[in-house]
Amino acid sequence: MTDYNVLAAGDTALIVDFGNQVDLSVSAKVLALAGRLNALKIDGVIETVPTIRSLSIYYEPLTVSANGLERQVADILEHLEEIPATGRTCDIPVCYDPELAPDLEQVASQCNLKPAQVVEIHSSRTYHVYMLGFLPGLAYLGDLPPELALPRRTTPRPKIPAGSLGIGGKLTCIYPMATPCGWHLIGRSPIALWDATLTSGALLRAGDKVRFKPVSLREYRRACSDGIVAVPRADTSH
Amino acid sequence: MSAVLRILEPGLLTTVQDLGRTGYQHLGVPTSGALDPVSLRAANILVGNTPIEGALEIVYVGPTFIVEADSVNLACAGADASIEVLHDEDAASGVRYSSLQSFRAQRGQVVRIGPTSGSSVVYLAAEGGFDIEPVLGSVSTYIRGHIGGWQGRALVAGDALPLRRSVAGKTDEFRLEGLDLARPSRFRVVLGPQNACFSEQSIKAFLDGEYTIGPATDRMAMHLDGPRLEHTAGHDIVSDGIAQGSIQVPGHGRPIVLMADRQTTGGYPKVATVISADLPALGRSRIGDKISFQEASVEEAQQLRRTLLQQIDAIPSRIVPVHRTRDDLTTCLLTHNLISGIANAQLAPSIE
Repeated sequence: MTDYNVLAAGDTALIVDFGNQVDLSVSAKVLALAGRLNALKIDGVIETVPTIRSLSIYYEPLTVSANGLERQVADILEHLEEIPATGRTCDIPVCYDPELAPDLEQVASQCNLKPAQVVEIHSSRTYHVYMLGFLPGLAYLGDLPPELALPRRTTPRPKIPAGSLGIGGKLTCIYPMATPCGWHLIGRSPIALWDATLTSGALLRAGDKVRFKPVSLREYRRACSDGIVAVPRADTSH
Repeated sequence: MSAVLRILEPGLLTTVQDLGRTGYQHLGVPTSGALDPVSLRAANILVGNTPIEGALEIVYVGPTFIVEADSVNLACAGADASIEVLHDEDAASGVRYSSLQSFRAQRGQVVRIGPTSGSSVVYLAAEGGFDIEPVLGSVSTYIRGHIGGWQGRALVAGDALPLRRSVAGKTDEFRLEGLDLARPSRFRVVLGPQNACFSEQSIKAFLDGEYTIGPATDRMAMHLDGPRLEHTAGHDIVSDGIAQGSIQVPGHGRPIVLMADRQTTGGYPKVATVISADLPALGRSRIGDKISFQEASVEEAQQLRRTLLQQIDAIPSRIVPVHRTRDDLTTCLLTHNLISGIANAQLAPSIE
């Protein structure tokens, strides 16, 4: 039986909360619940938003009752078996050159590593997309290897360029657009993670897998001027 | 020939908004949409549009624009604002209108919408609506993400906003009567979802205290100055979804109400959520206003939502023709006398 709480966020949203943690097994439950609930196409459910630790369910209370939704959630979670991962895999080029990685050196020294080791560790694993949030197309990826886990910068930057690759705690992400940022920046990607002219807008979805492919500064610049795109592909390994 | 409203002065923050962008929060896209959806609907209904049509959201100071269409029916709803239709760009003064009334402007005439009073936002709807392509299902502007509305941004001088109609319909001018835009004496909140992160005294202070809407307030967040809240176990939580009206409390302890352009997720505990029925009134509150909160149950909140939706449904029945000929004062007075004559006759008690 899964431990969770259903909390009210006002009169038009319920939060199915699995607890204050970054955990792959929790994420699997959140995403499975979202998938099942969305598939039911319940009249009055406006949208669901998966996060690292919870699922927000936005609803029209004059069409569907909170109690009814809670029962649906309980029913789904009670019968939740191991869900095969249905996400896609996406390779994203990243340039870790110091010119585009203002915090690489400092991260390396704080982690007692050489900058090249930081790059090696960061780019050698497959990451899980926990959620999209904060900005359009911004994917929260984990888990960052524990060797690279650092608290946020004490002083956030007022503005960082689009494509910046950040790390913080157990998570890493690429910022789709210029934004204030408190994470450590260790690279930059030439890939657009958000494009409102596309029907979907966002390159990634919660549940996708991401691998970072290191590229040279020259390749980065060429990719920027050529406007290359990354294409997520269905994962056939499952 | 294209029909546009050409912006001469943009006002403080004029954006295209409708009821918002739903269905994309899971991609990190905020809902955006009108801060005061009741007034947005009222403005649309006054010019005969569907209530959910996109309109201009005007904050504090309105735009001045020139009509480059044969004619257009317009209406403002929301805050009081001085609305003036000038004969041309050089005219010193023109015909004045108030909010909650439709009016017609002809080609070459200049419409000037001055400062708002009473509340912060007012909506300007144009008959037929603006000819703007929706992005992800909505014409609402999300400025931070450069998404939707007019080129993903607030209006600037020189913008030419395309109209769907080039000639006004042969409709009369209309007035909306008895729309209650009064603010609740206390904004009602449902506690949570993270009220457990705060001490009981803090929650009591929050509900008993008075807050002033701070100057950093924008379409994303309403910053409040007043009693601070104390976290019992730190102010960082693993990111969670953010509903409209959520009141988050960062480390400094001052509550922030998250509004239309709020981020979809965030990592601060949320002590309470303003109920949906009170959000339009909160959305039109002004910087410097004093507000306070009162706890409500989810059931009470949903009952109040039902009442608000009934009031919204009743808006079309509150629309009355103005019956006024601008150019002819005598006709205007006669019309008014005639109307009051009929009204008196109808109100006279039967003596039979």
